[in-house]
Amino acid sequence: MNGDLLHILQFVISAVLMAGGIFFVIAGAVGVLRLPDFYTRMHAAGMTDTLGAEMILLGLIVQAGLSQTSLKLALIAFLLFLTSPTATHAVIGAAHHAGLKPKLGKYRALAPGEEPLAKSKAKAQAKSKVKSARKSRAKKRVK
Amino acid sequence: MIRSVIILLMVLAAYWLTLSGYFHKPILLIMGVISIFIVLALSWRMKILDSETVPYFHGKALGYYVWLFVEITKANMGVVKAVLSPEMEISPTITKVPMKQSTDLGRVTFANSITLTPGTIAMEMCEDTILVHALLAEMTEPSGFIEMSDRAGWAVSDPMLGVIEQGAG
Amino acid sequence: MEQALHYLNVGTAMFLLVGMALLLGRLLSGPTLYDRILAVNSFGTKTVLFLCVFSLIIGRQDGVDIGILYALMNFIATIAVLKFFRYSALDVSMNYKRGNRGGRDRS
Repeated sequence: MNGDLLHILQFVISAVLMAGGIFFVIAGAVGVLRLPDFYTRMHAAGMTDTLGAEMILLGLIVQAGLSQTSLKLALIAFLLFLTSPTATHAVIGAAHHAGLKPKLGKYRALAPGEEPLAKSKAKAQAKSKVKSARKSRAKKRVK
Repeated sequence: MIRSVIILLMVLAAYWLTLSGYFHKPILLIMGVISIFIVLALSWRMKILDSETVPYFHGKALGYYVWLFVEITKANMGVVKAVLSPEMEISPTITKVPMKQSTDLGRVTFANSITLTPGTIAMEMCEDTILVHALLAEMTEPSGFIEMSDRAGWAVSDPMLGVIEQGAG
Repeated sequence: MEQALHYLNVGTAMFLLVGMALLLGRLLSGPTLYDRILAVNSFGTKTVLFLCVFSLIIGRQDGVDIGILYALMNFIATIAVLKFFRYSALDVSMNYKRGNRGGRDRS
């Protein structure tokens, strides 16, 4: 009976931790797809590397209990904790050194009903074309 | 020197036992002892056995990392909200953060903590400033960086920051 | 309870695969080289997690060892690729002197 309770507790803690980790991992992947430029994508990748990975590994450690596997999993968590910021810093430093220009200032994605910028530009171009056509017609008339 | 040798010995022994997992096979234990002493001899010859061999071997650093983990969790919430909301209102900024650390270890700890917190990434380290790229403009408040710098200096017991704290208090 | 843990692990592995597929999109469409390096690095982290979950699903420890190796290899590969693209050589000394940032070590 008591053992059963412990097993249920183990399952619940592990499930909560792994669900949280999965949420951060998927959010990081979606962020890497959605964000507008390289420097901002880096932040989403960092989110996956820190909290997502650590939470999934903690959930696995809770599952494995006191054993050699959980020690190894803790070692992996420690290695990721050390190497991921270093790799992030190296990638972003290399991009900065190579002269990749960051997008700065406010940025807002398009709301679902809004027209994308390219379309409105195309409309403006079409309008200006109409205007220039009118002008040329007017010139012809003058002639 | 002797202290770092002893601590490195213990860490390497724990590493070997974690990876192999055999406690009662004499041949494997002897192999482990031999390889540990080879590593010790090599690092002696490379002259890298100094205070930086065992950077965080006191309780202060553990407290600092607990605080950092809480900060990472908070920052993660902010970034997730910004990324998953349909409008995705972000305001990327680049700021210069002053760095008062005097030792290399302190500088590494501070910059690593900035990068570990999602939303801020250390782009480049200069003499006494760090170029930081932030996802949201409100993440670049100087007070947060000053607190993190003070705590990082406290974790590695940086002499410079101790003087500053005494002067301020 | 064993069964429930098994299903939990299988579900986690599936979601990790979904995340890896999303990253493949960025890897294929990344406008710059650095986007692709970032995608590969993140993909490697997810591979490590997947290996750990997978080794618990099949009930063998070996996957975790491979995971340790993969984590280290992933880090070293990222650094090596970046160094190669920065100096177009791998034999540049990493002796980093202040003031002489980047460039070959002339000492």
